[in-house]
Amino acid sequence: MSDTPQAQTDTRSVKLVYFAWVRERVGRPEETLAIPASLATVADLARWLKTRGEGYEAAFADETVVRAALDHVHAKPQAPLGDAREIAFFPPMTGG
Amino acid sequence: MTPTIRIQREDFDPAAEIAAMSAGRTDIGAVVSFSGLCRDEAGTLSALELEHYPGMAEAEIARVAAEAAARWPLMGLLAIHRHGLVRPGEQIVLVLAASAHRRAAFEAADFMMDYLKTRAPFWKREHRADGTLGGWVEARSEDDDAAQRWTI
Repeated sequence: MSDTPQAQTDTRSVKLVYFAWVRERVGRPEETLAIPASLATVADLARWLKTRGEGYEAAFADETVVRAALDHVHAKPQAPLGDAREIAFFPPMTGG
Repeated sequence: MTPTIRIQREDFDPAAEIAAMSAGRTDIGAVVSFSGLCRDEAGTLSALELEHYPGMAEAEIARVAAEAAARWPLMGLLAIHRHGLVRPGEQIVLVLAASAHRRAAFEAADFMMDYLKTRAPFWKREHRADGTLGGWVEARSEDDDAAQRWTI
């Protein structure tokens, strides 16, 4: 799946980006993480992130509120992560 | 018809954009223009700060514009959305839709705005007139309802 030479079989590297109050609660705008390959969906990833500390727990407290995008395309909680390289989490949008 | 999408910090000039859209053409019978402005919320707001997701903002608005172009016989379509700090009275967003007749232009502009509000990755935060930083603006269920009107 990954083309990095040292890739492990049980994790893969993804870029995570956060916006608005999700960014503030997590405490950083972006990070690259090795995530377990066993995480199948957006909801699985959100639940895994939630275990990484207080900030993440606060950001993902209400799983039904936080939205996600896979490689710049909106994705529902049950959407498969597939081989997405950039995964974004953010509050409901308030543009326009 | 290729939609024009611009995400920018700078202000824009609706009259100049309308003139550019219709320049050299004699087949356009209607141009609908929508401008979204920053309110002062009865004097309590000094500015709105607009955060956006660079890359996805352009891509998502382009997807909405392509959907509008597939639904209505458009001769021009433009969306400009600002980011950064916007003061009360200043413009935030511009949508232009051009067609041979008014109905398609009205509906396409309305559709674009409904989807911009619910799908374009922008987030507003309030800066209050008393100098404090306000909260993030919450999404309104009315905006979701408005966008739902267009799904079949």
